[in-house]
Amino acid sequence: MTELLSNLYVFVLAGFIGFEVIRRVSPLLHTPLMSLTNALAAIAVVGAIVLAGEEKSTLATVLGTLAIVAATSNVVGGFIITDRMLKMFKLSRKKP
Amino acid sequence: MDLPGSHLIEIVYLAAGVLFILSLKWMSSPDTARRGVWAGEIGMLLAICGTLLHHGIVDYRWIAAGLVLGSIIGARLGQVQMTAVPQRTALSHAFGALCVTLVGTAEFYLRAPDVPGFTMAVLTLEVLLGSLTFTGSLMAAGKLQEILPQRPITYKGQNFVNLALLACAIGAAAMLSADPSQTYLFPGILAMGLAFGVLMVTPIGGADMPTVISLLNSYAGLSAAAMGFVLGNKLLIVAGALDGSSGFILSVIMSKAMNRSFTNVLFGAFGQVQTAGAAAGEAKPVRSATAEEAGSILSSAGKVVIVPGYGMAVAQAQHKVRELYDILVKQGVDVSFAIHPVAGRMPGHMNVLLAEADIPYDKLHDMDEVNPEFHQTDVALIIGANDVTNPAARTDPSSPIYGMPILDVDGARVVMVVKRGMSPGFAGIDNPLYYLDRTLMLFGDAKSFVGAIVRELSGGGHR
Repeated sequence: MTELLSNLYVFVLAGFIGFEVIRRVSPLLHTPLMSLTNALAAIAVVGAIVLAGEEKSTLATVLGTLAIVAATSNVVGGFIITDRMLKMFKLSRKKP
Repeated sequence: MDLPGSHLIEIVYLAAGVLFILSLKWMSSPDTARRGVWAGEIGMLLAICGTLLHHGIVDYRWIAAGLVLGSIIGARLGQVQMTAVPQRTALSHAFGALCVTLVGTAEFYLRAPDVPGFTMAVLTLEVLLGSLTFTGSLMAAGKLQEILPQRPITYKGQNFVNLALLACAIGAAAMLSADPSQTYLFPGILAMGLAFGVLMVTPIGGADMPTVISLLNSYAGLSAAAMGFVLGNKLLIVAGALDGSSGFILSVIMSKAMNRSFTNVLFGAFGQVQTAGAAAGEAKPVRSATAEEAGSILSSAGKVVIVPGYGMAVAQAQHKVRELYDILVKQGVDVSFAIHPVAGRMPGHMNVLLAEADIPYDKLHDMDEVNPEFHQTDVALIIGANDVTNPAARTDPSSPIYGMPILDVDGARVVMVVKRGMSPGFAGIDNPLYYLDRTLMLFGDAKSFVGAIVRELSGGGHR
């Protein structure tokens, strides 16, 4: 129960930080923001890695491996495309 | 559990969590945003390397295979065209949700029935959210890629069927949480989640995609956070909460920009209902102009605001628009862009398309910035946008889009609309803007018409 409570703490506070930080993101960058948060949420790959490596059951290994594929493609693809988009945003030569 | 190794992993996870928050903080401005991506990448690398030290891992072969295959797929998905970014994003929500669903399913069959009630509740929540986000996002990606029809698909009693299915799924999840030995319920919950995802997105049309993508983003994040609770992994809880709140904020912004509530987007089925009303206003006269006339009006203007919509992207006209921008700026005209929050197929999509065409981002203004400026604007040039400029949203309470915040283009001295013909927009609503005295219709394909204006202006005669 203590672990549950401390997890709840983490969840609520992280959600709050997310709210405050993301509110400040300019609408200009909403698309790269979404692909970045998507890549970050693919941190779920760590759960899949443990599952695929523990050899507890065949089902767990198979599902874990598939989950690694799905999450890793988000990590790699998400970071690549976010960076590609951000590279395109340039200021005009004369600053207003 | 008190092995030194597991403490090390916890500390690595903490560092990764801090980097993730910094990463999002740096996204607030284009100056620091790329640093944000690096912070995210370092955090991710740390977390993955830390996890590989986990003492429970005995076999690395499947892990390596999964990482390599996933990287190959990800590298391919990272190379899509900018117009296809909404589909790619929807697909990545699907992948994220798939990962969560698979891990949740595996955890269930490893642990059940010896799972405390609360953990089972979170586990079923994880699988339910994950499975409905998986199929829902696949549906959204299919609609955006135009594999599936973009028009909303509706039938009688649809909302009842959807809600009943969701209620059944939640009921089964509650039963399983109350008595974790009833393991037979689990496949049913999974199946109902998958089915609900399909049914949820079926009635949603292309114009509502920005809201739906944001909502699915939020669900994907929350399901990852739920997975963090099940595994007792705080980094996952942090990342899931950040993703969830980001998606939530974006969905709120999108629904506000369309003056609609979440429930209205999910259960309203826009597009189809209004087509009947459009037929009424057919015979009204409009004024049209040629590329030559449009060119001379533009080059004699002091301030021009260009209003791009998704139609511009469909016609691939953004590079021609960039040429027009260059010529007008060279002639001393003040040119800027007005971007409605729901222009494009996902939040911020239009900005990315214009940035790709090399238009400087300090010239891209959002609705609140630009609306007070239309009074001092000589020409508002609308390219491929319709409903977001419709003054009926301000003036006509009977209009289906009444109350939606719009770009006040009718404040400009001259309004020019590049449009293929007089057909109504996506939502099937007639636009009174087109019948104003100050409005000139420029009939033609966006790319070729803007190209013709560019030729007029660069062909000489104006120096």
